[in-house]
Amino acid sequence: MIVVGIETSTPQTSVAIGGEQGIVAQMSVAGRARQEAAAPALEQLLRWSGTDLAHVGGVAVGIGPGLFTGLRVGVATAKTLAQVLGVPLVGLTSLDVLAFAVRHTARRICAVVDGRRGEVFWSLYRPVPGGVDRETEHEVARADRLVAELAAVPGDVLLVGDGAILYRHEIEQELGGRVVVASATHAHPQAASLVELAAPRLLREEHDRLFDVVPVYLRRSDAEIAWDQRTRGAST
Amino acid sequence: MLTLGIETSCDDTAVAVVLDGFTVRSNLIAAQEHLHERFGGVVPEVAARAHVEALNPLLEQALTEAGAGFGDLDTVACTVGPGLVGALLVGMAAAKTVALATGATFVGVNHLEGHIWANFLAHGPPEPPYVCLVVSGGHTMLVYMPEVHRHELLGQTLDDAAGEAFDKVARLLGLGFPGGPALDALAREGDPAAVAFPRPMADSGDLDFSMSGLKTAVLRYVKREQAAGRAIAAADLAASFQEAIVDVQVTKTIRAATERGIETVLMGGGVVANSRLRERMLTDGEAAGLRVLYPPLALCTDNAAMIACVGAARALRGEATPLDIGADPNLRLAM
Ligand SMILES: [Zn+2]
Repeated sequence: MIVVGIETSTPQTSVAIGGEQGIVAQMSVAGRARQEAAAPALEQLLRWSGTDLAHVGGVAVGIGPGLFTGLRVGVATAKTLAQVLGVPLVGLTSLDVLAFAVRHTARRICAVVDGRRGEVFWSLYRPVPGGVDRETEHEVARADRLVAELAAVPGDVLLVGDGAILYRHEIEQELGGRVVVASATHAHPQAASLVELAAPRLLREEHDRLFDVVPVYLRRSDAEIAWDQRTRGAST
Repeated sequence: MLTLGIETSCDDTAVAVVLDGFTVRSNLIAAQEHLHERFGGVVPEVAARAHVEALNPLLEQALTEAGAGFGDLDTVACTVGPGLVGALLVGMAAAKTVALATGATFVGVNHLEGHIWANFLAHGPPEPPYVCLVVSGGHTMLVYMPEVHRHELLGQTLDDAAGEAFDKVARLLGLGFPGGPALDALAREGDPAAVAFPRPMADSGDLDFSMSGLKTAVLRYVKREQAAGRAIAAADLAASFQEAIVDVQVTKTIRAATERGIETVLMGGGVVANSRLRERMLTDGEAAGLRVLYPPLALCTDNAAMIACVGAARALRGEATPLDIGADPNLRLAM
């Protein structure tokens, strides 16, 4: 089965075409124009790999957590692609995809995506045969909270993601030799990993209901937060 | 020729299917007003989140109502600006993908041109040239069109859009958000000559507008009445304020047309739903020998049929927009 993967949770747009046999094409773009890149990148990859959209059997999409505006472009693109083609859609989180990409380790894995404003999105994983098992919910926290949480985790930890690279100094200072931070190659969730992770699920027909796939924000809009603070302030 | 229109520039998710450029086959809007009401205005992040959820079911429904499938589409038209970037990008992502997956032509459309072309739905464009008054919650401008797709900006608001001024005064009177329709209804019970509010820039000699002086005058009036212990006659206040805005817009639009010897005036945008503006433009325009046109009320506010209408016309001219075009929050009308 040919699967199209679209992942735009972080400041990178990544699009891939592949299946259980492997990846036939991937393009990852960071920078200002990446907000517009998902559809044109897919168009190029289809042409260059000689893939006919009529042969695509499923769509996989990264649903965050991450940066809201770019995330929505990827989710809208993937949902619409699955809708027009009439094929199933699978949504996977950016943290799950990041951890899956570094599963060949004996360490516990902590995936960390930069949420801006001093905050990170993170989850802990344990490597298992064929993949990873998530041990925590997806959390949003200030970077120092993450450092404190990690200090309480026993054993060695492999950190992965742009959030881990951004706060590497603070994390290493507190945890010392117990942590390793994955290199910049793994900073962003790649659509190739997304396709690899989603393909078996699509084959098992464990897909999501198309209209129900929405981004995982983990944070409300500023206006809603301010509103709550105002109304709470008024009632006390 | 079948055109799909998508519009997500502000707080309405809209999808339409238009046949041969001017015949509306379906025209759907998922309004979000209830999500923004408590904030007293449109919150961009809240709007963008709602678009992602509403768009795909709306696409399905619009095609079903039109009796069409994705494979029947020849053109996909989508608003690319002006508007809220995060909101625009959601509609654009979906529109580009429909075009990519079906082989239909993608055409990026200027939202303001859409408001003007709402006049052409059903009947097609009358003989140009025109003077157009585009007036909404985000825009207040006078545009000269020597021919279709060519625009010259004659004047615009220097501060708030007319719709914003309506909303602010409506809030002052406790009429909720959006307050335009409620203020219109209230004004019908009042005396437009009750309070002599200023007509900002009525005699400025140019075709620009300003709302801030009028807004200040309304505030000052309310404070003075309250300080004097008098109850505010809300209907009179609404009618007098509305008359001041409408007066300047009608006067300047008619002047723009007569000075250039143009016989056709087009109106577009959500504020055209204001009954007093339509009424005054018709009577004053007729007295000046002008033909005044405005779209049916459902097509004055933001909708996707007007976007499809422009997109179909541009596609017929051989235009196609590359899929890597970005959203432009300040997009201007093409000269
Ligand atoms: Zn509008």
